[in-house]
Amino acid sequence: MSEPVLAVENLSIAFASGRTTRRAVHDLSFAVDRGETLAIVGESGCGKSITALSLLGLVPPPGRIDGGRVRLEGRDLAALSEAELRKVRGARIAMIFQEPMTALNPVLTIGEQIMEAILEHERVGRAAARDRAIALLERVHIPDARRRFSDFPHRLSGGMRQRVMIAMALALSPAVLVADEPTTALDVTIQAQILDLMDELKRESGTAVVLITHDLGVVAQHADRVLVMYAGRKVEERATADLFARPLHPYTRGLIAARPRLGSGRFGRQRLVEIPGTVPSLSGRPSGCAFAPRCALAEVACTVAVPPLVAAGGGSVACLRSGDVHVPEHRREALDA
Amino acid sequence: MFQSIGVKPLTPDPVLQVEDLSIRFQTGRGTVQAVSGVSLAIAPGETLGLVGESGCGKSTLGRAIVRLIEPAGGRIHLAGQDITHVPRHRLRTARRKVQMVFQDPFASLDPRWTVGELIAEPLHIHAVGTREERRARVRDLLHKVGLPQDAAERTPHQFSGGQRQRIGIARALALDPAVVVLDEPVSALDVSVQAQILNLLSDLQEALGVAFLFISHDLSVVEYVSDRVAVMYLGRIVELADRETLFRAPAHPYTRALLDAVPRTDGGPHRAAPLAGDLPSPYAPPPGCAFHTRCPMAVAACRTDRPQLRAVGPGHSAACHLAME
Repeated sequence: MSEPVLAVENLSIAFASGRTTRRAVHDLSFAVDRGETLAIVGESGCGKSITALSLLGLVPPPGRIDGGRVRLEGRDLAALSEAELRKVRGARIAMIFQEPMTALNPVLTIGEQIMEAILEHERVGRAAARDRAIALLERVHIPDARRRFSDFPHRLSGGMRQRVMIAMALALSPAVLVADEPTTALDVTIQAQILDLMDELKRESGTAVVLITHDLGVVAQHADRVLVMYAGRKVEERATADLFARPLHPYTRGLIAARPRLGSGRFGRQRLVEIPGTVPSLSGRPSGCAFAPRCALAEVACTVAVPPLVAAGGGSVACLRSGDVHVPEHRREALDA
Repeated sequence: MFQSIGVKPLTPDPVLQVEDLSIRFQTGRGTVQAVSGVSLAIAPGETLGLVGESGCGKSTLGRAIVRLIEPAGGRIHLAGQDITHVPRHRLRTARRKVQMVFQDPFASLDPRWTVGELIAEPLHIHAVGTREERRARVRDLLHKVGLPQDAAERTPHQFSGGQRQRIGIARALALDPAVVVLDEPVSALDVSVQAQILNLLSDLQEALGVAFLFISHDLSVVEYVSDRVAVMYLGRIVELADRETLFRAPAHPYTRALLDAVPRTDGGPHRAAPLAGDLPSPYAPPPGCAFHTRCPMAVAACRTDRPQLRAVGPGHSAACHLAME
């Protein structure tokens, strides 16, 4: 078997403030293959965004990786110098963000910014870089790319800006694309365009995609595998179809059941299944399973020690009661039908 | 509200009626017609969902209904009273009956106030009850929205997003309004907390008989909460129907495209190709049907003649030349 393009091994990320150190990510491991989309899902504060940044060696201080490692195409990122890391970023692993305006330079035209990315990493002439930038804008389906080349970012709609970000991220044909909530700020019809574009480019180029999102609908339609995080830990990782057909962690099941289902169209309504309480803060995480205080299935053992990840359902789950997690009702109907 | 199913005939006595409302903004780039000729009515205890993408005018319409924005034309009737041009000093009485809940209710409030003070503020403004009565009312409201009694002494930043939205709801309900305009009330919340707030809203509506105008970009949520649904595009209502009809048999191609674009978790029918193109600029809306630039069905007439909102079925109307009865 070939080595995965990206491998995260026992990664821990800590934030120090004063004399206390709090761990935002605990002992996280996963791998992504060429041409595969792995979705990392979870709610605010689960550690998914800081994990995304760590993949590019961009954990902001006072945060730091205090255990484990990130291997990109076999190379340990921690072993690279800052100069080497800069070369890897963009060229081998690139990232797109929720709000492209925060990542685009407002005083450069979009074409110049893509050219800059190319010129930074490759020994090509300006004319060649310009042609490639225009080709990239065309590849992300920006209409009238030659003219749009000279537009400033603020002239573009949110959807067009995200296309520019994708063009820039793909300029150097990276092996891995990390997308942190890439469509959360977009309208639903534009979101559909951008997600389809990402799928199309992945098929063409074989780029591995790490998709960070809170939206299970996006996951269901665009990811091959899903990693569910809660309070800094992986609680479940499964093939997408398996996860939705039969979630094994009570939190995953809760997330699926808590969303109103479009087109339920049934006579009479039922209450949504609530997950009581809220996500614990970084400072208030309980011992044992962090989900136990909100979990209907929790028993004493769940509060004693963090449940280990065990192989299950073609993937893995960290729950002592996963055998008692039931299929959400509407999924059962879908399976019966 | 969760028992009321099926086609609701338009009540002869709507609690809120909006007629031919228009709202314009002057900006540095020119005039924007944010809302054009919108008419709608909400029955007592009913939830009307209002959906559309950014810039469609749904939030502006909501703000005009609570009189935070002055309309350029049209009328707003609240419980039979025309409140469109009630002068500001007399607006207070009208405002008691219609309240608003925002996406983040504390973005614009003094963070040093206690939750008790925030909830009691509307009672103060309207000089309702004695000090002791107001205190009792705050306790009652905290109980109704599922917050502990000691919340009254704390400040909002000590609460999570979901709890803050409970506080916002308590404040909106303080004066027993007939209508509450909810503008994206769960959009900023985590999925697990959204369900708590949606269940709370349905419980409150059932207990209090209050009507909701529920503004959201999230079609799954709108389907879940609404009795009827209005879809807006570039300042106009393009379709209005009861929930079942709108989600099962939409008549407007824009509504169909919106529904199609929602990513589904249930392996539902695979969607068609997404709508091409961007939303047109509200500064220069296309002539004819504003949707024709993105519509897969557009014919010549769509580029020149603006379709009127017309009946296409019982309680169902659509603004499309091609929509059939």
